[in-house]
Amino acid sequence: MGSLQLKSIRKAFGSHEVLKGIDLDVKDGEFVIFVGPSGCGKSTLLRTIAGLEDATSGSVQIDGVEVGHVAPAKRGIAMVFQSYALYPHLSVRDNMGLGLKQAGVPKTEIEEKVAKAAGMLSLDPYLARRPAELSGGQRQRVAIGRAIVREPKLFLFDEPLSNLDAALRVNTRLEIARLHRSLKATMIYVTHDQVEAMTLADKIVVLNAGRIEQVGSPMELYNRPANLFVAGFIGSPQMNLIDAAKLDDRDAKTIGIRPEHIGLSRETGDWQGKVIHVEHLGADTIIYIESETVGLLTVRLFGEHRYAADDTVYATPVIGSMHRFDAEGRVIRSGQ
Amino acid sequence: MSKARASYIRIGAVHAALIAYTLVALFPVFLTIANSFKSRNAIFREPLAIPTPETFSLIGYETVLKQGDFVGYFQNSIIVTVVSIALVLLFGAMAAFALSEYRFRGNTLMGLYLALGIMIPIRLGTVAILQGMVAADLVNTLTALILVYTAQGLPLAVFILSEFMRTVSDDLKNAGRIDGLSEYAIFLRLVLPLIRPAMATVAVFTMIPIWNDLWFPLILAPAEATKTVTLGSQIFIGQFVTNWNAVLSALSLAIFPVLVLYVIFSRQLIRGITAGAVK
Repeated sequence: MGSLQLKSIRKAFGSHEVLKGIDLDVKDGEFVIFVGPSGCGKSTLLRTIAGLEDATSGSVQIDGVEVGHVAPAKRGIAMVFQSYALYPHLSVRDNMGLGLKQAGVPKTEIEEKVAKAAGMLSLDPYLARRPAELSGGQRQRVAIGRAIVREPKLFLFDEPLSNLDAALRVNTRLEIARLHRSLKATMIYVTHDQVEAMTLADKIVVLNAGRIEQVGSPMELYNRPANLFVAGFIGSPQMNLIDAAKLDDRDAKTIGIRPEHIGLSRETGDWQGKVIHVEHLGADTIIYIESETVGLLTVRLFGEHRYAADDTVYATPVIGSMHRFDAEGRVIRSGQ
Repeated sequence: MSKARASYIRIGAVHAALIAYTLVALFPVFLTIANSFKSRNAIFREPLAIPTPETFSLIGYETVLKQGDFVGYFQNSIIVTVVSIALVLLFGAMAAFALSEYRFRGNTLMGLYLALGIMIPIRLGTVAILQGMVAADLVNTLTALILVYTAQGLPLAVFILSEFMRTVSDDLKNAGRIDGLSEYAIFLRLVLPLIRPAMATVAVFTMIPIWNDLWFPLILAPAEATKTVTLGSQIFIGQFVTNWNAVLSALSLAIFPVLVLYVIFSRQLIRGITAGAVK
């Protein structure tokens, strides 16, 4: 239970097309993350799966059953929202139990399920409280609990961590990962944060301007980006994109090299340049270099390094680490 | 030290301004109530004095309670006001919900059309309204007044409430949909409690003109059985002689029901239930 098929989903608001034909298969138990810049349609796609928006055309199937005209409550889904969206006038217990109550589940069974979910999320001490009396992290846990209680075929997360502060975000991320392992449920998760995407996902769907750019595991996307957009979007700091003409590569239009795939030396190397700025992060040192041959380069060295601005350095790409893209931005595989 | 003193001066100035305004605003009310307890001569001799044992008199209240069915007038006013407010809030909130929640063709136009009544006074249509009421056989009924006041209050209610409903989080409504709440339950159980302060504002704005209105009771329901307080008090105001004791007493009495309603609504204004719903 818990598979999802999307077939050529289109969604337009008036004349503005937000989703331009999305095809996607999600297998049972997978953790799939939709990632993309804001306005790429990832939230709209999630809401279409939930039934909160009707697709203009195309079909949504959950477990092989067409749900295009099924109400959200009947689709067997549960959703966690960025703003928590807890019912302000209900206690934590009633917030978590409302969905089951509406579905006509007997009271004792609701109690049981709420207690179980509360135990998983260590919410037991707060069951009688109102949302206003909880902290942000607790509220989001209640929202997750509300989803668990429904025992859905699909969990949908709409940027659930965006409103939390950095420390809490890491904790809640771990909690969601743990939850996915213990429930073995299918989860679909929307975020614009590529770190969340890389750390949580079995499969990442990169969206841009209403289209899927690439679908793959985090490492596939990192090592073998299908096009310029994915290459630039995945990885931080961003991949260096160099005009191929500067490197005398006639077949490609753009050459991409990740900052961590460039070596640096004070004596010799392929590209001479001048250090503009250095960021010391402890574990990494990020060095920005202005080079006459290839323009601005970002280099990421592991550990601490004593480079300073205005130093003259030589950068050398690691052999075989270059990504070559044609004029349309598609990757050229043969060159590797 | 000097800083703290400066802020005392500022606080003092603010309070002085507020107290001055309060005095100005309360003065007519004070004058009405104080004079309603005085004899006729005392009202004219010293209008600003408070009642003393010599000038104290309940003659005004006695006149009011003897003359005509004043309890009945009160009852009429209260029925008309309360029922109108209830209808305005109910229909206003329903229209506002549809306008703010659903995308449909002509949404903006419909919103403008419903708000048009704010700019066009309903009294312009008095003749047509009277003709309509005569045709519907509703003249001299409270129903006529309630219908007119509901129509009069709706535009502002729709306008204010739809603006407020736009601020209610979409996520919350969607969470309700996923939990299987019907659109009616979302409207009644999620959205209405969250916009209670706005509802209270609308109720107060709707209530005052209805309670004070003389025009429509005079035209649509002047019969003894359907007179409102405002219309009932008019019998004491003559072309040549005005029974000021009675007028002031009637007005003093008329203040209290509105005051009670206002207190009920203003408590809603203060109570904030939205905290913690969404971040």
